[in-house]
Formats: sequence, structure tokens, C-alpha cells
Amino acid sequence: MHIVVCIKQVPDSAQIRVHPVTNTIMRQGVPTIINPYDLFALEEALRLKDKFGATVTVLTMGPPTAADSLRKTLTFGADRAVLLTDRYFAGSDTLATSYALSMALGKIAEEFGKPEIIFTGKQTIDGDTAQVGPGIAKRLGYNQLTYIARISEVDLDAATIRVERRAEGGVQDLVSSFPVLITMLEASNEMRRGTIENALGAARAEVVTWNAEAVGIEDLTKCGLRGSPTIVKKVFAPTARAEKAEIVEAEGGVDAKAAALVEAIFAKAPGIEGDLLELAGEHYV
Amino acid sequence: MAEDKKPAPAAGGRAQTKKELPEHFKAYKHVWVAVEIEHGQVHPVSFELLGEGRKLADKRGVELAAVVMGDDRESLEAAARAAFEYGADCAYLACDPALKHYRNEAATRVLTDIVNTYKPEILLLGATNLGRDLAGSVATTLQTGLTADCTELAIDEEGSLAATRPTFGGSLLCTIFTLNFRPQMATVRPRVLAMPEREEGRQGRIVEVTPGLVEDDIVTKVLDFIADRDSDQAQLPYADIVVAGGLGLGSVENFQLVKDLAEVLGAEYGGSRPLVQKGWITSDRQIGQTGKTIRPKLYIAAGISGAIQHRVGVEGADVIVAINTDPDAPIFAFAHLGIVADAVTLLPALTAAFAARLRVNRLAS
Ligand SMILES: Cc1cc2nc3c(=O)[nH]c(=O)nc-3n(C[C@H](O)[C@H](O)[C@H](O)COP(=O)(O)OP(=O)(O)OC[C@H]3O[C@@H](n4cnc5c(N)ncnc54)[C@H](O)[C@@H]3O)c2cc1C
Ligand SMILES: Nc1ncnc2c1ncn2[C@@H]1O[C@H](COP(=O)(O)O)[C@@H](O)[C@H]1O
Repeated sequence: MHIVVCIKQVPDSAQIRVHPVTNTIMRQGVPTIINPYDLFALEEALRLKDKFGATVTVLTMGPPTAADSLRKTLTFGADRAVLLTDRYFAGSDTLATSYALSMALGKIAEEFGKPEIIFTGKQTIDGDTAQVGPGIAKRLGYNQLTYIARISEVDLDAATIRVERRAEGGVQDLVSSFPVLITMLEASNEMRRGTIENALGAARAEVVTWNAEAVGIEDLTKCGLRGSPTIVKKVFAPTARAEKAEIVEAEGGVDAKAAALVEAIFAKAPGIEGDLLELAGEHYV
Repeated sequence: MAEDKKPAPAAGGRAQTKKELPEHFKAYKHVWVAVEIEHGQVHPVSFELLGEGRKLADKRGVELAAVVMGDDRESLEAAARAAFEYGADCAYLACDPALKHYRNEAATRVLTDIVNTYKPEILLLGATNLGRDLAGSVATTLQTGLTADCTELAIDEEGSLAATRPTFGGSLLCTIFTLNFRPQMATVRPRVLAMPEREEGRQGRIVEVTPGLVEDDIVTKVLDFIADRDSDQAQLPYADIVVAGGLGLGSVENFQLVKDLAEVLGAEYGGSRPLVQKGWITSDRQIGQTGKTIRPKLYIAAGISGAIQHRVGVEGADVIVAINTDPDAPIFAFAHLGIVADAVTLLPALTAAFAARLRVNRLAS
């Protein structure tokens, strides 16, 4: 079995700061990480590898420095890393990103064998759209299984996979034939630790690096800013609320404070007291 | 990612300015909402979108339409009637046995066909698992732009859809346009938009479409659907009262104080993201940008700093009450009521005070 995992190297957004005056992002010194959601996809691929035997190829589109994240996946046990990088990809939205990645996946299929399963994360923490996975699936004609909480069965002979998909109000028990694109739900598994052996290998491993031309992209207008139908026109900071919070103060101990707060809440939200009686009253008769 | 782009440079690039729409896009008119129906139930986010869609359609001077897809004619007709009462002028009704359960392939095929035939200029979906799954495939098939998880929709002076969403991990907002492609697509999460008034008896027209799906062509098979028991999943988004805790509580044991207050108030409880990461609460109880958006009448936040990612999930609350030891905590900048206090000692007192107050009222009435 051949499995490809798509990962993205993202700025650790917990550490992003916005310049208080210019409202621009201060990127300097912000460390990059593997998109946390993609680790669930990677771990699931590695589990399938452990169980059924598989080659796991990891793919990312990004700047040359994204090779660091790829190497990291090798320390966990991925077999091969592919970096798609080209200045023409700069400014890609999800449509352009899924185009470029689908071309790279075509090339991967050609060079290393057609993947039965492509994994992506549920979403990225920087783009946060959850669109790239479905975009790739549609372009490659892979059956799309999103928000997968569990892979319950793989039947290699029948070439089918059975999964539990988180839907609104319940869980779908689904079966599909290969090839499929799966987006893994967060917390669906726990990422393993890398091994020293893999780490040593990873440091030496060669990252397969392709540009637009190498993956057969002839029409560059489908890439980057030019290939992106969405346009970001304005970036701005959320406005503060006009009034500040009314601060409740009370003399005395904590009970006095609590009583004052209850009064203040009922004063601010006059309707709530009636609601509360309906909702909670029966507990207290 | 569009969101990775720097603030747009002065207009000039190919896509950066609105050009005369290509001839084949000129027929695209009207605002549509793809109504989400699972197991005969319309997801309330669809009504919220119809309310917003009505405003956009009026601004554009066009019609608002709902797309209802499923396998049960009766529930589809009921959904269409509800859509009319929430503002739709028209409903495209697609009934097919293959649409019994939501499946991406079937739904994508049907929705793209209807779009290609009837040509909307704006297409809105809920940013639920279903909506995001479907929107991504439809936008790729149609090769058009899609803006996910918007917090605000508007029409600009040129008549384009201006879709605003958080960016850079929520620290900033950005406004995204799809100027030169149609339809302009966007998803919005449940509870971000207010529920519109329902106008009983409001009528519209139904347009039948024939999906003509062939079950054998659909690769995904649904073996079973295991409905959540009510208690399995938090009902945060639609709760009237929500009590939440943050890291300031100090320990998972102290989090019990939040649950105690919630119980007395008949409220749902939730928390900030670090609590999910620490395993104090399950992820369906996370409130904020990467958790649930809530719109309760009353929101009580104890020991939560009020980071922007948390704020965007609670701003729709009527009254936000913050309990925090730090008078400079960011949450006081958007809370309506605040108290500078140790939540660990205040919460039990608050629970007792509410209980006492309710008991008195209860006896009086
Ligand atoms: C991409 C991304 C997405 C995110 N999504 C979300 C999201 O959806 N939801 C979310 O909540 N966060 C989210 N976050 C995290 C967010 O940035 C904050 O880190 C988080 O909300 C902080 O949680 P907190 O307020 O509980 O903890 P802290 O920021 O540590 O705040 C604790 C607060 O408790 C107060 N405190 C301390 N002791 C007491 C006491 N005894 N009594 C009362 N108050 C006390 C402190 O003064 C402080 O204000 C996201 C972050 C990123 C990068
Ligand atoms: N540049 C990229 N390179 C490889 N995979 C990506 C890239 N961008 C997004 N993905 C994958 O698509 C998923 C969804 O991303 P997004 O649509 O940005 O939320 C991510 O979790 C990744 O698995």
C-alpha cells in the first residue's frame, strides 16, 4: 500500500504578535511547526503502515525551509519526503494550493506508485479553511472522507476501507473502495515519539524537491496569486467594544461579592431571571 | 492560502481588481443558501444564513433561494416552507433516494448541477462538518473562490460579496472577495449570525430538480448512523446560558465549580482551549475560534483571559460576565460585567447566591 500524507509548515500562531500600531503581523522570530492537525493524519498513516505494511510519503508545498518539517516526519517513521517549492506558488489560496498539490500527487503516483490513501489534516491553524483536502480529492477524483474519527477496517484484497465519520448529531459508519482522501479529526489518535534510529536516517535523508515545471505545471496562471479566485483586500484588528465592562465592587467577604454580582447580572439581563426560574427552578422547590 | 497574503498591495494584479465579468458569468444572479438537512432535520444554521441572505439579496435587488436536498419529499417540502418563512423567495427541491444520508459525491453532484443550471451569484453554506465538506468540493468543481468560516458578510459598493473572517490564528480579521468568478461562496458557523424572525405563512415557489443519481455510481456506502445520545454531545451553540472556565481555575478539580454553577443555572458548561489540551474538558466543549461559537443570553467566564481566539466565539452573547483576578485581563475589554476576584472562592459563593435567589423567587411565585 502507498499512503501520502499532506502536511503544512505553519507559524506557531500561539506566538504570533500583531504590531500594536501598524496592525501588521510581526513574523520575525516566530518559530514554525508542523500544522498540529496534520500530526493526527501522519500518525494514522504510520499505524496503517505498522499494521498492513505500507510506504508513507509525506508531501508539502512551501518555501525551501519547509524541508525541516518534512525531515521531522521522517524521524517519526515516514519513508519519503517530497517538497514542492517554487516562487510561482506564493500567495496561493485553497484553489491554487490544491491544484499545485494535485499535480505533485500525480507526479508522486508516476514516480513511486499510485497512493491508495491520501491523508490531510482537518484544517491548518494559519489558513484554517479545511478546503485543501476536499480540493485535492476533487481534482484527483479520489473519494473524499472528511472528519474521520476512526479507521475501523482495511481490506486490502477487496481494496476497501471502513471508517467512522463525525457528522452533525452522530457518527456515520462508512465503507468506500480505494482510492480515498481522508481528513483526520483532531484527537483521533496520539502522535508517537520519533526514534533515534529514524532521526539519524532523517538527517541524512534526501528530500525530493520539485518545482512547478518538474510536476508538469505548464499553465502558471493556475498558480499563486494569479491562480487564486479569492482576494484579500483588507486586514484589520477587531475593534474594541465602545464601553468597558462595568466592574462590580462590594464591601465585605466573598458572599457579599457574589450577592452583588447576582444583582448586577439580573440588572443587566432583566429577562434572565424569568428564564432561570423556568430552567432551573424545579431543582429548588 | 489566501490568508497568508500580506495586506493587499495597491490594486493592479490580475485578480486584484474587479473587471467586467466575463460574458458567461453575467447570467449569475440571486443569493442562495444550501440548506443542511440530516435525518429530516434542518440545521438551524441554515435559517441563520437565510436571514443574512435576505439582507444581501435585498441589497443586491435579487431573489433569495434555498436549495433543499434529501430523499424524503415530505421533509423536503417542510424544509422549503420553513425556508420561505425565514425569507426565501424560491426553493430548489432535489429529491432522490441516493440522498438519504449525506454523502459528498452525491451532494456535490446535485448542488453543482443546480448551480450550473440556475446560476446564483452568491452561494452560502453552514460551516458545519457537512457544509465544509460539501463547500470545498463544490467550489473546486466550479473552480471558484470560497471563503471559510466567515464572521461577517456584506455587499460592497461595487456589488461584490465582502466576506470577513479571522486570520493569522485569529489575531486579525480580513475581508476576502471573489471578484471575477461565480458564484461567490462562503461558509458561516452556527450562531455567528442571529436567528431571523420567522414570518408564519410567508410563501415562495418550489422549483423541482431531478438529480437522477445512480446508487451504483456512488463509492461511499453508509452502513450505519449512530446518533449521539443527547448527553454525548454538548449543546453549547444553542444554549441560553453558558458557564465556562479557563486556566485561571488552576486545576481540574476546581473546574467542578464551573459545572456546579452551570447545574444550578440549568446552563451548559465549557472552557477555553488549554483546558481541552490538558484533558479537563472534551473538545466539543471548547469555546472560541477553533471550538464552538456561542450566542447565549448570559455567558459567565471564570479564569479566562479573553484572548482574541476566545473572544470571537463569545461576542454574540447578550451579557458577558468576567471573573478574573487581573484587572487588566483582556476579557474586561469586551465583557459587559466584570468582577476582580478569585474564581475558586467566588464560584461556590455565586452558586449559593443564585440558588438562594432562585429559591426565594420560586417560593414567591
Ligand atoms: C490558532 C489558535 C486557535 C485558538 N483557538 C482557541 C479557541 O477556540 N478557544 C480558546 O479559548 N482559545 C483558543 N486559543 C488559545 C488562546 O490564544 C488562549 O491561549 C487561550 O484562550 C487562553 O486560555 P485561558 O484564558 O484559559 O488561559 P490564560 O490565558 O492563561 O488565562 C488565565 C486567566 O485566568 C486569570 N486567573 C488566574 N488565576 C485566577 C483565579 N484564581 N481566579 C480568576 N482568574 C484567575 C488570569 O489573570 C488570566 O487572565 C487559540 C490559539 C491559537 C493560536
Ligand atoms: N501547502 C500545503 N502543503 C501540503 N499540504 C497542505 C498545504 N496546505 C494545506 N495542506 C493540507 O490540507 C489540510 C487542510 O488545510 P486548510 O485547507 O488550509 O485548512 C492541511 O491539514 C494539510 O494536510
